[in-house]
Amino acid sequence: MKQMYFHLMPYTELPDDFREKHPSVWVDIDPALFNPERAHRMYNEFIDELEFAAEVGFDAVCVNEHHNNGYGLMPSPNLIASALSRRVSDAAICVMGNSLALYNPPVRVAEEMAMIDCISGGRLIAGFPVGTPMDTCYAYSQNPSQLRQRYHEAHDLILKAWTEDKPFAFNGRFNQQRYVNIWPRPVQKPHPPIWIPGSGSVETWQWCAAQSYVYCYLSYFGYKLGMDVMNGFWREMDRLGKDRNPYRAGFLQFVGVAESKKEARDLYKEAAEYFYGRSLHVDPRFAQPSGYTSESTIRARVRSQVLTAADQAVGAALGRVKAATEIDDIVARGYVIIGSPDEVAAQLRQVATELNVGHLMLLLQFGNMGRDLTMYNTRLFAEKVMPQLRDLFADRWVDHWWPKAMPRAARMPASVRAVA
Amino acid sequence: MTEPKERQVTVNGRTCRVWEKGQGEPLGYLAGFGGLPRWTPVLDRLAAKRRVIVPSLPGFPGADMGHDQLDVLLDWVLATRDLLGEAGLDGADLMGASVGGALAAEVAAIFGPMVKRLILVAPLGIYDEAEPVADLWAQRPGQVAGLVCQDPAKFNALVAAPEGVNDPIEWQIIQVRASEAAARLLWPLSDTKLAQRLPRIRQRTLLLWGREDKVVPPSYAKRFADRLPGATTIRLIDGAGHLADLDQPDAVADAALAFLEAR
Repeated sequence: MKQMYFHLMPYTELPDDFREKHPSVWVDIDPALFNPERAHRMYNEFIDELEFAAEVGFDAVCVNEHHNNGYGLMPSPNLIASALSRRVSDAAICVMGNSLALYNPPVRVAEEMAMIDCISGGRLIAGFPVGTPMDTCYAYSQNPSQLRQRYHEAHDLILKAWTEDKPFAFNGRFNQQRYVNIWPRPVQKPHPPIWIPGSGSVETWQWCAAQSYVYCYLSYFGYKLGMDVMNGFWREMDRLGKDRNPYRAGFLQFVGVAESKKEARDLYKEAAEYFYGRSLHVDPRFAQPSGYTSESTIRARVRSQVLTAADQAVGAALGRVKAATEIDDIVARGYVIIGSPDEVAAQLRQVATELNVGHLMLLLQFGNMGRDLTMYNTRLFAEKVMPQLRDLFADRWVDHWWPKAMPRAARMPASVRAVA
Repeated sequence: MTEPKERQVTVNGRTCRVWEKGQGEPLGYLAGFGGLPRWTPVLDRLAAKRRVIVPSLPGFPGADMGHDQLDVLLDWVLATRDLLGEAGLDGADLMGASVGGALAAEVAAIFGPMVKRLILVAPLGIYDEAEPVADLWAQRPGQVAGLVCQDPAKFNALVAAPEGVNDPIEWQIIQVRASEAAARLLWPLSDTKLAQRLPRIRQRTLLLWGREDKVVPPSYAKRFADRLPGATTIRLIDGAGHLADLDQPDAVADAALAFLEAR
């Protein structure tokens, strides 16, 4: 199983009374709460943490895109990914990803990702999310009724830009470009692996199956709610006649490791409660822009058990369902897995097996967790948990969706980290 | 209140419902936010004096999908013009509310002879930073009715599934689609440059506005009137919100009919 290190880059200094005094962490969050000099420190520490994770053996480092957001400080994940490409030797660089409809023209994504693929010597995973309503329809004012049409056209254009062997004109419905001819071109042929983070719509699953893309369920609500979504995904793969190769899927899980479960509870309580109490305090008025969710998905959500669970996760994110904000409840519901290395390893092994997920994305920094605790969590996980999980799926399945980097000897060495 | 006659016309290859009731000179009506899931009292009042013809815009209740083919404002204006023509409203008086008001104004500005006299009820299409239009699509659950109507029960009654409806889920989806169609046309409720085209409207125009409009402040009536070169009348409707003709059907119908009867 691949163990990937995911970082949201949250703002770590939202005030204690944030939930009471502010309507939303997202879209219209108060700009007065942002201190750029503190953010200078946060960014550099977060990049240190990602570099450290690669150094101690995680298979990939993952970054993602959010806008107007107090728990995700990466409007441009590509900036962080390019910095990581220089400093990280062997880990894959997973950009999870660029919301395609937000880029004008969308070949910007093809260009920047090709740059990252060149700099990293072919280690890029190209994530193509549609993007949340908050990021796309509100922060970026994209038309919710056109978002998916634009997303799919952008996807087609990017793929063609990566693979066509001569300049071409693109005469699309939303994008017209007379001379598409990107320089640089990606190292990986025909193109970097494409992964699709999605909330659990049947159409997305079908599309991933048809294109042979990895489907990722990136929920903040852990394996218990994730189970229903992933079961739905695999049932759909069965129906479509696809094998149950666990590497078709990715899943996100928060984890806190310590010497014992009690110690873990004490160590990670504050960060977990900060995240679920403050970082996920989103005003529900930004939940459902008309047209964002397709009619067939609305029908499926009403009618199917599976997607009701996905809805519950969305509802919790948006305050409709009361999400746990207190540590024992957070742990009981499976949002965060905590314990000793052996306990965590056993639980993750069970989760990955039951969800049948070959790409486990781990959030080891969350909420206002500081650098020291993050490094401790990261190191302990790498030393004591990771080795217990490496073998899972590896004997039976091949990961066709992992980057095919240039041979190590042919790659320029990454610059050496200054901080051990 | 009795039900209207119903027929179907085709626009861009998709069917659109046309309701018709009453005798006399034709009066077209383009619905506001939410469209017309059912016949409403204001239409009945107008039908007492005029032949009221109510075509449904693409994506709105009564019409097929079809909004998803309309990408830019020109697509919408042409679809509206074609719809009015198919409905038999060439050169007729035209009334439009909210979303329908924005399109009625566009048709009057761009296809002048299509419209005889124009009645706009709190039309969308202008945005003034000093007094922003409310974001209809960024509301907490259950708050839309109170935003668009002075009496939320009026909007809730408009969109409620009728008793014995075959498929309540599909009924719900029709209401969601109406909101999507409006969003497709007007998202993010900013300036559509209608203000630049208003000086092309030569028709006599009546501007009706709910005095309690919480979506487009009543002061926008003057912003419209100032740009209209023809004879223009403003009437504020007491006790009415954005969808003024839902809140106060009698007052709106009286004002509209008085305007149309004046020589």
